[in-house]
Amino acid sequence: MARILLATVFAGLILSPLVIKRLSSERASAKLDRRSALARHGFYFEEVSRAAGVDFVHQAPTLDSRLEHIMPQVASMGASVSIVDFDRDGWPDIYVTTSKEGAKNALYRNLHDGTFQNVAVEMGVADVNREGTGVSMGAVWGDYDNDGYEDLLLIKWGKPELFHNDAGRGFTRVTDQVGLPPWVNANTALWFDYDGDGLLDLFVGGYYDENVDLWHLASTKMMPDSFEYAKNGGRKYLFHNLGNGRFEEVSEKLGINSRRWALAAGAADLRGSGHTDLFIANDYGVSELYFNDGHRFHEVGEQTGVGFAPKSGMNASFGDILNQGRYSVYVSNISEDGVLIQGNNLWVPKEGTSGEHLQFENLARDFGVELGGWSFGAQFGDLNNDGTLDLYLTNGYVSLDHNRSYWYDFSKIAGGHSTIISDAKNWPAMEGRSLSGYQSKHLWLNDGSGKFIDVAQAVGVTDTYDGRAVAFADLWNRGVLDVVVANQRGPLLIYKNTVTPENQWVEFALEGTKSNRSAIGAEVTVFWNGEKQVQEVSGGCGFAAENQRRLHFGLGKNPQVQKAVIRWPSGRIQTIDHPAVDQMHAVKEPQ
Amino acid sequence: MTEQGDPVAARATTVAAWKRFFSPENRYLAPAFITSILLVGHLSFGILESYTRTGLAIAASLVTELILGRLFIGKWPNLASAYITGISVGILVRSPAFWPYALCAMVSIMSKYVLRVKGRHIWNPSNFGISVLLFLAPETVASLSIQWGNYLLPMIVIWILGSIIIYRVRRFHITATYVVCFILFALLRSLLTGSPWQSEIAPLTGPMYQLFIFFMITDPKTTVRSNLWQSIVVAIVALVEMILRLDQLVYAPFYALFLVGPVALLLQLWFDSKRAVPAGARA
Repeated sequence: MARILLATVFAGLILSPLVIKRLSSERASAKLDRRSALARHGFYFEEVSRAAGVDFVHQAPTLDSRLEHIMPQVASMGASVSIVDFDRDGWPDIYVTTSKEGAKNALYRNLHDGTFQNVAVEMGVADVNREGTGVSMGAVWGDYDNDGYEDLLLIKWGKPELFHNDAGRGFTRVTDQVGLPPWVNANTALWFDYDGDGLLDLFVGGYYDENVDLWHLASTKMMPDSFEYAKNGGRKYLFHNLGNGRFEEVSEKLGINSRRWALAAGAADLRGSGHTDLFIANDYGVSELYFNDGHRFHEVGEQTGVGFAPKSGMNASFGDILNQGRYSVYVSNISEDGVLIQGNNLWVPKEGTSGEHLQFENLARDFGVELGGWSFGAQFGDLNNDGTLDLYLTNGYVSLDHNRSYWYDFSKIAGGHSTIISDAKNWPAMEGRSLSGYQSKHLWLNDGSGKFIDVAQAVGVTDTYDGRAVAFADLWNRGVLDVVVANQRGPLLIYKNTVTPENQWVEFALEGTKSNRSAIGAEVTVFWNGEKQVQEVSGGCGFAAENQRRLHFGLGKNPQVQKAVIRWPSGRIQTIDHPAVDQMHAVKEPQ
Repeated sequence: MTEQGDPVAARATTVAAWKRFFSPENRYLAPAFITSILLVGHLSFGILESYTRTGLAIAASLVTELILGRLFIGKWPNLASAYITGISVGILVRSPAFWPYALCAMVSIMSKYVLRVKGRHIWNPSNFGISVLLFLAPETVASLSIQWGNYLLPMIVIWILGSIIIYRVRRFHITATYVVCFILFALLRSLLTGSPWQSEIAPLTGPMYQLFIFFMITDPKTTVRSNLWQSIVVAIVALVEMILRLDQLVYAPFYALFLVGPVALLLQLWFDSKRAVPAGARA
């Protein structure tokens, strides 16, 4: 009898994964029906790029012929998107990069009528992928000289470029004057004022070693020397803005000295110290978190919990997901059924920890935002204006042959010793096979109590391109967040948002005076209906992306907004009592 | 004269102590070795998903063994084997969730009590648990398939130490046969598929294989009796693994052992029973 009972329990345990799988699949969302999407979720998306006059398609580079057999996976990044109001007309514009040698980047000027016009050529920021100079990997905007116009930093696998914005009428290349290095294989950069001197500084994270010219390889030993412990990547740069149109490289002097393979970086004041901390999501290894004491950076990844388990970090974005006035950090990784289940990380501040003792715990599984395929860019934003931050994640690595996968060969080499994995010639040929291709995207709706529900298909996010960068912007000044997605070897997508009018909102466009004029690093905390939510003006976050500069807060139905508190990077606190809802508030830092 | 006063005697005592430690009778040798692998791997490179998950696997394994041993054998069992199973699961299972660690450990131990033929369990417990989980829950579970760090030295230490221990417990021929066969079949695969031979050899340099060749294929309880047949069976495991690899199965070694191990054991039991019948008849 006991043996029969044991056998029954045994069989039940063996079958339990199937039951768990069944229960999980029942939660999958349905197809788009606009009316029911609006009723159930409060919003839906329409992909309008063509109607908006945007027909941009990213193209990949052709690297050294010795990488030909694995070219699709090596040349697998470079699609980026950044939002900027470059001409200060109050309407967000879009800058996008391509990565084919000789191909042109695009700057889409917002024409205020639902359409855009590519003005990159006439503005002088199109022809930036010339042979011998490398190709574009991303762009971030910041007003480094405080003249009121956002300047453009372009990162490449090649020579980084800085373009000065000449009052929105054109751009002047100032790379050689400011002191940028001759070659960086960079995939991430951001503007932030780390020392609070009112001048924007610049972080650039290298991926491949800066001595590697991917078009003229000295050696094929340029791949990571481990799948999860690699330290042979590119160096990191921290450029201190000297205020005279020049920058000084200070990374090592200030404690940033890493050769991990950086793919994404974000900066936010995680401890409420008044100083902006730096988070770096690294491929092939652990994430790094640098606490900033205003003078130096201190790496605290392991101490805080975010730098313990090595994964394949590809995104860093911040969001006050529980409306507690504290940021969580979302890092995307790789999950492929039956091969590699890293799971994405949602680093939530641990209860009872703060300041120097701040610790994070990964609650991605508990919150339902863990599995996202081969995940890339993600952003937090209130997409249905219900008062909680939602999460949009794009994914998909290499989509080639639908029916043949490279995963088996990839897993073989990933398990190999450093002498094997680090040499490209040891990697099996891809031969047209896909690697986590044609993946469905994720749009997780936050219910405000610690659960996210994936509604991507139900609200119209149905593409399966190889997504890389995601940026949020209220493209047509309607009080909603639209989504722009840059896809590798794919089209730029613009998901226009329609939100139920019952849900209200408020936006803040900040301009620093004592602080940097872009107001990067400024924090706004909105208090309403007993809730509070904090957001920070960012100089680049997610993966190869930059959101609109203004901050957008959803407020739900019939909000009673008590106040909005602005903490400027200078330290000045400004309170706006009862800000009007359904309005954008332009706020200049008090002198 | 005391040993303290006699350096020769003291040295002899020390040597004897080491010999005892490395003797086949020492049931704690393998647990000590796998613990050292865990500690070296984790303290050097942080290989574990987390302490709590590995701890959960070990605890689930030990508790299941204690309960089932008491219920079905009638005494408190020695926990060395369950500890190895738990720690293997804790290292080899990679999942962000907690439940796979507990489930895999419990299923592994229970398999010893449920899947028995003529009083013997026929699957290596952790091989059974991990194979079942990889097959049924691929969306949640993967296995350790990456390298530990970038340094050769810890790997060499583990290989040497493992080889010494396996030699002392008289199972080195199993490991050696498997490694030689794997390399030969890897070269053959390279010829057949055109992949670089380094990529075919690569998995063998990873930690998953260290656990596989030192602990799973050498498990005394689930291998056949004679040295010759042990070598033949493990060569067949390598052959089946090669066939599964040609079909691009990532976890080919686990599945190969899962398929071949029990068949070999059942065949031995069958031959044993055939031999036993005439002997009984003669009596």
